[in-house]
Amino acid sequence: MSVVWENRDLFLDGLRLTVALTLISFAVAFVIGLLLASFRVSPVPPLRWFATAYVELIRNTPLTALVVLFYFGFPKIGIRYGEFRTAVIVLALYTGAFLGEVIRSGINTVAAGQAEAARALGLTFPQVLMSVVLPQALRSVVGPIGSIFSALIRNTSIALAIAVHELMFVSNSLANDLAEPAIYFGTAVGYLALTLPTGFAFEAIERRVGVKR
Amino acid sequence: MSAPILADALGPRAKRRVLVVSVIAGALVLALLYVALRRFADKGQLDAEKWKLFTQWGVIKFFLGGAGNTLRVALAAMVLAVLIGFGLALGRLALNKPVRWLTGAYIQIFRGLPVLLFILFAYNGLPKLGIDLSKAQYLVLALTAYNSAVLGEIFRAGILSLDRGQSEAAYAIGLSYWHAMRHVVLPQALRRMVPAIVSQLVTLLKDTALGFIIGYEELLRRGQISGVFSGNLLQSLIVASLLYIVMNVILGHVARRLEVRQRRRLGAGSIQVTGVEDLTIVAGYGGGPPMNV
Repeated sequence: MSVVWENRDLFLDGLRLTVALTLISFAVAFVIGLLLASFRVSPVPPLRWFATAYVELIRNTPLTALVVLFYFGFPKIGIRYGEFRTAVIVLALYTGAFLGEVIRSGINTVAAGQAEAARALGLTFPQVLMSVVLPQALRSVVGPIGSIFSALIRNTSIALAIAVHELMFVSNSLANDLAEPAIYFGTAVGYLALTLPTGFAFEAIERRVGVKR
Repeated sequence: MSAPILADALGPRAKRRVLVVSVIAGALVLALLYVALRRFADKGQLDAEKWKLFTQWGVIKFFLGGAGNTLRVALAAMVLAVLIGFGLALGRLALNKPVRWLTGAYIQIFRGLPVLLFILFAYNGLPKLGIDLSKAQYLVLALTAYNSAVLGEIFRAGILSLDRGQSEAAYAIGLSYWHAMRHVVLPQALRRMVPAIVSQLVTLLKDTALGFIIGYEELLRRGQISGVFSGNLLQSLIVASLLYIVMNVILGHVARRLEVRQRRRLGAGSIQVTGVEDLTIVAGYGGGPPMNV
């Protein structure tokens, strides 16, 4: 275990990048998720088709395949970003599909009378969605969103495949250089230090704002 | 898909507005597709020679072999993870305190870690501890370790979601713990868990692609090898991704069919749910099983 402590600075650097990857991709993914969910319940057919196709395609493709396709394949058509940016883009596109599904299931839990009442008041579809339905929908899916956030933290480890120096990359190179498998216990502690508090935090949020069903 | 609840019975003005937005949105989607195709064409990525390769039997066989390797690892890990996950769920619900505590710790810790960590530890760490296996076996081991924890939590949630009166009634007519489990609780709980289990198994199938990182020749790695060799990397990666989508969609469909047939056979009304919605139902309120991402 002392090898872990001796290299704590490297671990912390990796951890910082993991946190940065998580927060930035989640922010982007949340916007994508909101858009996809709105599209899927909108009265405009082409938007519904687009969102459905997007969600089905992305959800059924492995994240690893998306990263590899984006980083090694897309330069052939002139789309090329740095490693960190590629990781953020792919993680956001992937996580956004799942967030969209969860938010949509939240929208389905809002009683139809809410939307009907809002429409009776003369609100347009975007207004109904933004000011009446979504605020209630989001409150009912705090738990699942927390699970997705936690999964995102763990999924950032895929950035190792394109050499972003996040926690998994740093510890894997360290473990190989030192020929010391004990390093991976340090990695595990690092990830748990992020995922476990995340779980508690979302439980607390859910207790505060959650809608009991 | 029928019109969603938010949009029923529009008035004449709203209908006109929807029509206008539909035309604009449709044009935008088509424009997006056009730009993407143009991009491919301009860079010569639509050239016939780059795609013709996929009609050659050798290439097809290579890809199918990769898909076979993917499925083999996935299947082995699925069976093991379901069995162990089941044991873990029973352990967590056991009356024996140390058993409950140990299985709880296993589940809480393992499902909080990236699958990749298990894979790298198995591949780089285990040989140094004197455990020598093939890449496929390391992969199965790692996928099982992680997914058994997740499935254990799903099973537990499913069993707990059942009304307590069911097991109490079973005990009241004199059934033992195991008999009550086997004949009363599990048959009902399992049916509720099917969507959650299926989406976790789809996740497992997708996670086999992480074998790419340790150089196991599953579908994605084979796609890359073939693409680098034949100079059509982009096309090969796209074909590999499409094959994943096909496999996952088939897996989802088969499972859903099984479920519907089961429901019909038992005369139970079918509950219209997607995986995600059902997860939250199974989870009840708070602290539910993890989302399958």
